[in-house]
Amino acid sequence: MAESTHLRQPWILGAKTPHQVTEDVAGLLDRRPTVLWWSALTASFLALAVGVVAVSYQLTTGIGTWGLNKTVGWAFDITNFVFWIGIGHAGTLISAILFLFRQKWRTSVNRAAEAMTLFAVMCAGIFPVIHMGRAWLAFWVIPYPNFRGPLWVNFRSPLLWDVFAISTYFTISLLFWYLGLVPDLASLRDRASGKVRRFVFGILALGWNGSYRTWIRYESVYLLLAGLAAPLVVSVHTVVSFDFAVSILPGWHTTIFPPYFVAGAIFSGFAMVLTLMILARWTLGIGEYFTTRHVDAMCKVVIATGSMVGLAYITELFIAAYSENPFEKFAFLNRALGPYAWAYWIMVTCNVAAPQLLWFRRLRTSLPFVFVISIVVNIGMWFERYVLIVTSLHRDFLPSSWSYYTPTVVEVATLVGSFGLFFTLFLLFCRFLPMIAMAEVKGILGETSHD
Amino acid sequence: MTSSVPDAAPAPVWAVFDRQNDLLSAVAEVRRLGLEIVDIYSPYAVHGLERVAGFRRSRMHRVAFVFGSLGVLCALALQYWTTAISWPINVGNKPWNSWPAFIPVTFELMVLFAGVGSIVVFLGLSRLWPGRQAELPFAGLTDDRFALGVQPSLGTAQGAELAQLLRDHGALQTLIGPPTGQEEAR
Repeated sequence: MAESTHLRQPWILGAKTPHQVTEDVAGLLDRRPTVLWWSALTASFLALAVGVVAVSYQLTTGIGTWGLNKTVGWAFDITNFVFWIGIGHAGTLISAILFLFRQKWRTSVNRAAEAMTLFAVMCAGIFPVIHMGRAWLAFWVIPYPNFRGPLWVNFRSPLLWDVFAISTYFTISLLFWYLGLVPDLASLRDRASGKVRRFVFGILALGWNGSYRTWIRYESVYLLLAGLAAPLVVSVHTVVSFDFAVSILPGWHTTIFPPYFVAGAIFSGFAMVLTLMILARWTLGIGEYFTTRHVDAMCKVVIATGSMVGLAYITELFIAAYSENPFEKFAFLNRALGPYAWAYWIMVTCNVAAPQLLWFRRLRTSLPFVFVISIVVNIGMWFERYVLIVTSLHRDFLPSSWSYYTPTVVEVATLVGSFGLFFTLFLLFCRFLPMIAMAEVKGILGETSHD
Repeated sequence: MTSSVPDAAPAPVWAVFDRQNDLLSAVAEVRRLGLEIVDIYSPYAVHGLERVAGFRRSRMHRVAFVFGSLGVLCALALQYWTTAISWPINVGNKPWNSWPAFIPVTFELMVLFAGVGSIVVFLGLSRLWPGRQAELPFAGLTDDRFALGVQPSLGTAQGAELAQLLRDHGALQTLIGPPTGQEEAR
């Protein structure tokens, strides 16, 4: 057996010792920020500023500033909401589901992916709150005793399920991420030279000392949280898909939505993790921790989920044809051949056709190629939500009310602003916290990817 | 504290290692000799150490189960009371207690209670809170050093003999008696 075993390269290159891991990862925080980092932060911050102006304008003027009309009442901002929630899901998949499957390569990526989840959920949360019109009354979605009756929230509505799903998701993701950070914060505290850093990391590390009695409980809680987060992430996007599937609108009212949405979310999220990690590898020099083997493993997930999404597109068309329901047939024909055909075919090209190139190993291990594909996938997945929402609405049962929706500048500026928020937070995270889980990487040193 | 008592148990012996395999073999040896392990410090969770050291399995899953069940009960009670008792509203002609529609929220609150509850209990049991001073017996324990504290009993290897035994298993440094704080281990 032993001689026939093909021993592949280890997940962490450079025969690192645990001390080197601490120095490499924590050393990233000691270096002066590069010009590249400053220019990226400036660009992100400007985008964020554009978003702040746009959101302030919408909040003070009203959502009449959007391109919505009587027929199309949901469009750009719900698209952005679903898009950002989907991005977030890869972080939980990497941190929880791959942990349960004992995929050791996750250790290089999970910290950054979990941070990405948090920032993406923050971006997502902004959109439904703005959509409420009077965002300052957003707390009305919480069931609290009130003087309006008490009039309670409607627990039979998927929109309310969303409130619970997303707030729980954010809370659990934050706790899971922080729990994983605690041993690393202790490492930073103990090697910090400056007073300020020692003080701040000292508070954040909660007095962690690496005692084994604590480690046993810690491992147990980590496993429990992974076990809770894995069905949670599936439930969150299932509930998001219920926002559509529970309605009776042709094009939305489909039972395939929950698995289709979850696969799509993982697909787009993995693409975003690839985008961010490849950028980090290029700019921060973490090539020994995030190797082409990691890219290779993640690309395989992208092909798998991308193909599931493609299968879902075909299934939808087949079921519409097979249903003999004229409205259902029309909704899907209109989607593929109607006024929004351009968006539909962008979606199919980016989501189904482009990832198939990753079947080639040579392309999977070429970082520039994967980087381009990861962006193409996210463009495609954004269009998927746009197509799904807008094409199902814009030609409803009454042809006299058919219309065409185009986003306004305000809506586009809000999307730009959400990207600004996302990248600003991510760049700050890279500067101030260890972006690789040191304590986890130390545990897999010397193990080859064969294990 | 115990030094004033003449027939107190022998002083604990501490050893610092820099390789996890040395630590594992020392722990196995200490266990074979029937000595008590005071504590082990490590920068990361060493695979299989709790089994070698014979530490009791954590029972955090029971905590999670209790909090998760509490979450389910709270969620069902909240939804039943608000929609069937406090102010019933006809939604799509569903029954007041339309429990299948309550399942998504019940699931989310189960996860929320179990997750938050187990973290809070974990932090409490492990005495971790913001601003707490870390008690580190040696330097480098959050970087690449492991520390093992052994409590000998009367009639077993102790003192210098035990320290030598630990050094034979690869200990870089040994200390007889409780560590006073940041002993230099580098």
